[in-house]
Amino acid sequence: MRNVVDTTPEGNMVLNVGPQHPSTHGVLHLFITVNGETILNLDPNIGYIHRSIEKMCESLSYRQFIYSTSRMDYLSAHMNNHGCALTVEKGLQIEVPERAEVIRVIISELTRLASHQLWWGSLAMDLGALSPFFYAFREREMITDIMEETCGARLTMNYIVPGGVMADIHPDFQRKVKEFMVQFKSKIGEYHELVTDNVIFQNRTKGIGKLSKEDAISYGCTGPTARGSGLSCDIRKIYPYSAYKNIQFNEIIETEGDSFARYMVRMREMEESVHIIEQLIDNIPEGEFQAKTKAVLKLPKGEFYTRLETARGELGVYIVSEGGTTPYRIKFRSPGFSNLSALNHMVKGHKIGDLVSVMGTLDLVIPDIDR
Amino acid sequence: MENEHLLNSLQTGFPEAAIAIGSDWPEMSIESTQLLEVIEKLKGSDKWDFDYLFCETCVDWKTHFTMVYHLSSTQYRHSMVLKAKVDREIPQIESVVKFYKTAEMLEREVYDLFGIQFLNHPDLRRLLLTEDWVGYPLRKDYHDPINMIKL
Repeated sequence: MRNVVDTTPEGNMVLNVGPQHPSTHGVLHLFITVNGETILNLDPNIGYIHRSIEKMCESLSYRQFIYSTSRMDYLSAHMNNHGCALTVEKGLQIEVPERAEVIRVIISELTRLASHQLWWGSLAMDLGALSPFFYAFREREMITDIMEETCGARLTMNYIVPGGVMADIHPDFQRKVKEFMVQFKSKIGEYHELVTDNVIFQNRTKGIGKLSKEDAISYGCTGPTARGSGLSCDIRKIYPYSAYKNIQFNEIIETEGDSFARYMVRMREMEESVHIIEQLIDNIPEGEFQAKTKAVLKLPKGEFYTRLETARGELGVYIVSEGGTTPYRIKFRSPGFSNLSALNHMVKGHKIGDLVSVMGTLDLVIPDIDR
Repeated sequence: MENEHLLNSLQTGFPEAAIAIGSDWPEMSIESTQLLEVIEKLKGSDKWDFDYLFCETCVDWKTHFTMVYHLSSTQYRHSMVLKAKVDREIPQIESVVKFYKTAEMLEREVYDLFGIQFLNHPDLRRLLLTEDWVGYPLRKDYHDPINMIKL
């Protein structure tokens, strides 16, 4: 075990960064080696909330295991469920009704908006601006209210079941989503005025934590982190699934590769999400919201892999089935895990204060990394 | 490249390997000793350009382990699965960190949970579990009467 403050043989200080209490929202513990204020090396110490979800899933049925995945990346709970359901549906060759596909995508995009809003608020808070958090939560509250009405929960929705969604949408769903979009579109300019155009914010993010496209590929970065470095990797666009096949939207790419570029990708992605919802909200097809499935699901012998885009990047769900009612082996390739592996490379040579801005723009959710 | 084309070109490139179409992508099984040679060919060749390792994991088949590498190409957008059999008694395989930096953390995780030794890995130690943890939880014969919940 290392001491709280330690020195290396070369006389550099090893500093512990990060809370360790299990009830804090992100328990990422970093050992950083510093020479004065300059970071020489960074070593993440993860696993504080490792629950071995992969092992647990081995004893859960194909209907049950979906719920434990909401607890991985809790801000993209819906997308995690979606990935699992898609994998099971692929194995069983279930045809999902169009209505369910569209509902799934609308909720996915609402989740992405909620996740990015929380990220925006907490990034500003990490950099010393408290009020954006409250503005972000003003709009986010409207989304969580919609989720509560339709899915029955505000954060870990568990709305998706293999074959469709658990229940039909609430009668007020369309009206409330439209209300939210009007509100959001009138406020996004305020977001930019408050934070994006702020000189202090720009000084703390521009040119900080550069990640080249080659490194983004090598480190397996995905999502807005990699798209900030000019890597086209939006799974919704390159390997479309669900209703994304029939929607017009742009993949947001910035090329600078610094913290500000990653920030801009997420800001522009929010507007793109609204654009996606606008295309779907009045065109939810009539019909069933759930396909008829057997009470006990048995996946045929084989291996199934699904890639999909959560708010943080590419989620991979890999199921190895032996033909039984539970998975033989399950692996979640979580986006945060790979994005975190690039952190050491990104902060080397920067000051301790810059570490906060880089970590903030990586948008790490720790349960997603620890699983 | 479509899966069919990729399958054909892989079969020409690796005539001795067992290649078949899996549920999503072509799957190639190789001996663990050939791993570096095969990956070098897959990554270096202009024809395939597998520059992106998006998943690396392990499956415990009770008699042996299988390392599973999911590779894709950011240029051509095709993907494939590479599988290497690892002996259960001497669980050793070469590390692929020199080709893909993301493997550093992924291999530490596999080492942590399956106990596979990655040769020439720059920093192989436990990642998620504490340093004094006994055993490898994702192995099928792992038993922990206190922390494990059986359903």
